[in-house]
Amino acid sequence: MSRVQSALALSLLALIVLTGWLPHAGPAFALLFPDRDRLIYRQDDFADLILAHLAIVGASSLLAALLGSGVALAATRRWGLAFRPLLETLLAVSQALPPVAVLAVATPLIGFGPLPALIALFLYGLLPIAQGMLAGLDSVPEGAREVARGLGMTPAQTLWQVELPLAAPVVLAGLRTSVTINIGTAALASTVGVKTLGLPIIIGLSGFNTPYVLQGAVLVGLLALTVDLAFAALSEPLGRWRAPQPSPGEPTLAGAD
Amino acid sequence: MTWRAPVPGALALGTLISLWSLPFVRFAPNRLLTGDGLAWWRAPLGLGHWAALLPCGLLLLAWRAQSRATRVVGLPAAALWLVALPWLAGMAARQMAPEVDGLARVSLGAGFWLSWGLMALLLGELLREAAWPVWRRVLLWVGVLLALLAELSGGALDHLSLLREYANHQDAFNLAFGQHVQLVALSVAPAALLGASLGLLAARRSRVQGALFAVLNLIQTLPSIALFGLLVAPLAWLGEHVPGLGIAGIGMAPGILALTLYSLLPMTRGTLAGLQQVPAAAVDAARGMGMGSWQILWQVELPLALPVFLTGLRITAVQAVGLAEVAALIGAGGFGAIMFQGLLGSAIDLVLLGVIPVVALAIAVDLLFKLIIAGVARHD
Repeated sequence: MSRVQSALALSLLALIVLTGWLPHAGPAFALLFPDRDRLIYRQDDFADLILAHLAIVGASSLLAALLGSGVALAATRRWGLAFRPLLETLLAVSQALPPVAVLAVATPLIGFGPLPALIALFLYGLLPIAQGMLAGLDSVPEGAREVARGLGMTPAQTLWQVELPLAAPVVLAGLRTSVTINIGTAALASTVGVKTLGLPIIIGLSGFNTPYVLQGAVLVGLLALTVDLAFAALSEPLGRWRAPQPSPGEPTLAGAD
Repeated sequence: MTWRAPVPGALALGTLISLWSLPFVRFAPNRLLTGDGLAWWRAPLGLGHWAALLPCGLLLLAWRAQSRATRVVGLPAAALWLVALPWLAGMAARQMAPEVDGLARVSLGAGFWLSWGLMALLLGELLREAAWPVWRRVLLWVGVLLALLAELSGGALDHLSLLREYANHQDAFNLAFGQHVQLVALSVAPAALLGASLGLLAARRSRVQGALFAVLNLIQTLPSIALFGLLVAPLAWLGEHVPGLGIAGIGMAPGILALTLYSLLPMTRGTLAGLQQVPAAAVDAARGMGMGSWQILWQVELPLALPVFLTGLRITAVQAVGLAEVAALIGAGGFGAIMFQGLLGSAIDLVLLGVIPVVALAIAVDLLFKLIIAGVARHD
């Protein structure tokens, strides 16, 4: 097992063990917070919250991955090349927009519930994915394209058999950023009552119940970490036969929120 | 039929379609109702309806005119639209809800936002094609911005519900503005110092690099709400047991601490990247001239690393402006407080009052640093 794989296993184990143990952790929290009576968040099952969280992130990220990479792909083809600067402007400008703002604007317009959160997550998730696709296709060496052409490959064949496999690590990095951001924004969707892991945090904050906040925060953090490590493990074999790993000094899209 | 300028053409067409198919303004008897949408041609704009000729003209230009003509006529037309559209909406609002303190509300509709946004993209596209130097492009945007600010302060938009919300929440708004700037400044400044030191350390000791970035990446991976939440308990404990500090689990302190932690990764990255791109030949030449390692650092490496370092600072500051929005959840205040208040009350105008200034602040910070970086780069 590689280091990333063992870190992933450890993080996943911690998440599972903690989810199972927290409902019985009353005595432990009583030691930390002696002067409280409601120590454990019991309105929802933690496992249910994790699944609901993953469902909303998964659905929005899947849709965003399809549309975002499609748009970026179109802007790099000959017939869509004219629109590429526009797409880049849009991606650059949207950096000024915090993900939570998209959620906050979508909710009053669409109504309360999971739908506006899903739409907001989908919209914001498009950006890093499109960015990753653009950067990924840019990272394909021109020589590889020429060789493909020389072999008599059609443009579609070149795309599927040469460009996309070579771009895969960078594309995956974009997807990873998108999902990481969405996990954080989905937690914030609990401010409008959407059932995610943010619920214990929000309820805890509004009721001055620090144990609730702690329980939600630890689980959200572990979930984000586990998913991030899963992506790292997934991209490991892709990076092995080409070395596209960005050096730590290279500025990339910020992942927080 | 081929288009001479397909991208501006598509944007002008999009502007027209959104103007025609979506409500331009919304009228509601009171602030809690969403209200009924009024299309462009049904809104009381008087002669202002003719403004729709601007995107029509831009569409024609994009279809047939030479690129120079598109630029000479198109740039002022697009800029005029950006300034005129809010003014027209403000005029319509004055007609429909004449009393500033009445119950009736007129808010901006999707048609307004979309046709304004598409035209802003069109202006950006025309500017890009014009290939002007940075300062001239910035100047034009600043001009548009000043015109909009003049409309705002001149009272032309006072009858729109967004401005009515502002009038009702003016004190909270000003407080939020101060808190937001404070949150960003007090977290980015220490992060810049600490990040610069960490970046320097990483550049000198490559063995530390891996572990350092593993920790910083881990922090960046944590969702903001989780990091804020995790800091609440230890800081509350500290506040209770070490009284003189003035720290509490809720408020500015955890907000600033969390934002500082988030800012460390991009700052350290920027510093390291800046130092790594210093040409080895420059360092060699300095050593050949007999400079000591401190002299090389101060007089050769740091000046050469400065533009990349400043780019890191720009990314960090823009990120912090956005992240500070979430800090309102733990009572740190800022524009997030207004946004969440609007979100909980399902009042879109209040949400926008908490979101638009943040976006404007982020863009302003971004532009400011870009100008500084352009100035520094020109010196070299």
